[in-house]
Amino acid sequence: MAPVYQKMNASEILELYFIENRARLLDIASFLDRIERYEGADQAKADYRYQAFLHAVDLLRTSGAERTVAIQLSFSDQSSEPIESAVGLKAYGAWQGGAP
Amino acid sequence: MRAIDPHIHMVSRTTDDYLKLAISGIHTVAEPAFWAGFDRSSASSFYDYFHLLTVTEPARAERFGVRHYCWIGLNSKEAEELELAREVLAIMPEFLDRPSVLGIGEVGLNKNSRNEIRVLEQQFALAVKRDELLLIHTPHLEDKLKGTRIIMDLILSEPGLSPGRVLIDHAEEHTIKEIKDNGFWFGLTLYPNSKGSPERAIDAVERFGTERICINSSADWSVSDPLAVLKCANEMRRRGHSEVAINKVFYENPKEFLSQCPKFRAG
Repeated sequence: MAPVYQKMNASEILELYFIENRARLLDIASFLDRIERYEGADQAKADYRYQAFLHAVDLLRTSGAERTVAIQLSFSDQSSEPIESAVGLKAYGAWQGGAP
Repeated sequence: MRAIDPHIHMVSRTTDDYLKLAISGIHTVAEPAFWAGFDRSSASSFYDYFHLLTVTEPARAERFGVRHYCWIGLNSKEAEELELAREVLAIMPEFLDRPSVLGIGEVGLNKNSRNEIRVLEQQFALAVKRDELLLIHTPHLEDKLKGTRIIMDLILSEPGLSPGRVLIDHAEEHTIKEIKDNGFWFGLTLYPNSKGSPERAIDAVERFGTERICINSSADWSVSDPLAVLKCANEMRRRGHSEVAINKVFYENPKEFLSQCPKFRAG
């Protein structure tokens, strides 16, 4: 008798998640287009976060089966020394010291 | 199904959310002390907050048949001011003795500063002295990897702390392996915008297995969802995982970790 629960295969995963991830991809494209369209685009595109974002997009195609970890690492502060003070600081989502 | 949410900030939620938890199958929650969205001005403000966590919330939860436990600690975002930290640490033992308190948490790092580390070491010393469980907050976004490594080094160099009695929370794809390899429990947080999704959480279960993992909503005053753990369980179900495995991740695992505190009883 077949088990009640059966893990899916890769084609079933593609079928299940394709449409919602297609939409996510279009959200990203639209986000980049929006920056391009607004006044001050050159300044925004020079920002380290924008550069880190584009680098992460490149990693989608170049980092094999470890895309998620590669992108997480690309956004991370990989230094090891504590900072002197946290006063007034917050997290921005990308590490300025790691700009490609 | 039954589930435990091992990390949820009910002080920031409405009473209606207790009803949603109860009728959806979450009958036990654990609430860590955290940053309230603003910096508190004095230790007396923390005193009132700890009272809220240990008296008011358990009573509010009980009306809906939900068991409410909590963790007491000084969060890392308010640990930069050393005099305030000293005063808050001085009042913590009174609350750690209370019947619904599971241990010290959520404590950890925010921006990985020297003062944050000093205060964290003091809270670790208190945990050793009292033999308390620890719930660790890891930094957000770009600071997570570095902070997680600093925290693990501090714990592993303290012989009085055992990784099996520490849950390192807000783990993500780039920190899970190191946390698990070092013998710690780890938590995944389901935040719609800034942390993990149900899909990524179940990817982690598939990659790293069902041992020593706890999944939480961390629902609070920001964009979050008190039913997120059940939605994540459903994500695991729709991929074809067994109910036994789902029950382990969403009920048995948090029960096993939290039961290391003798005060804990799962509902």
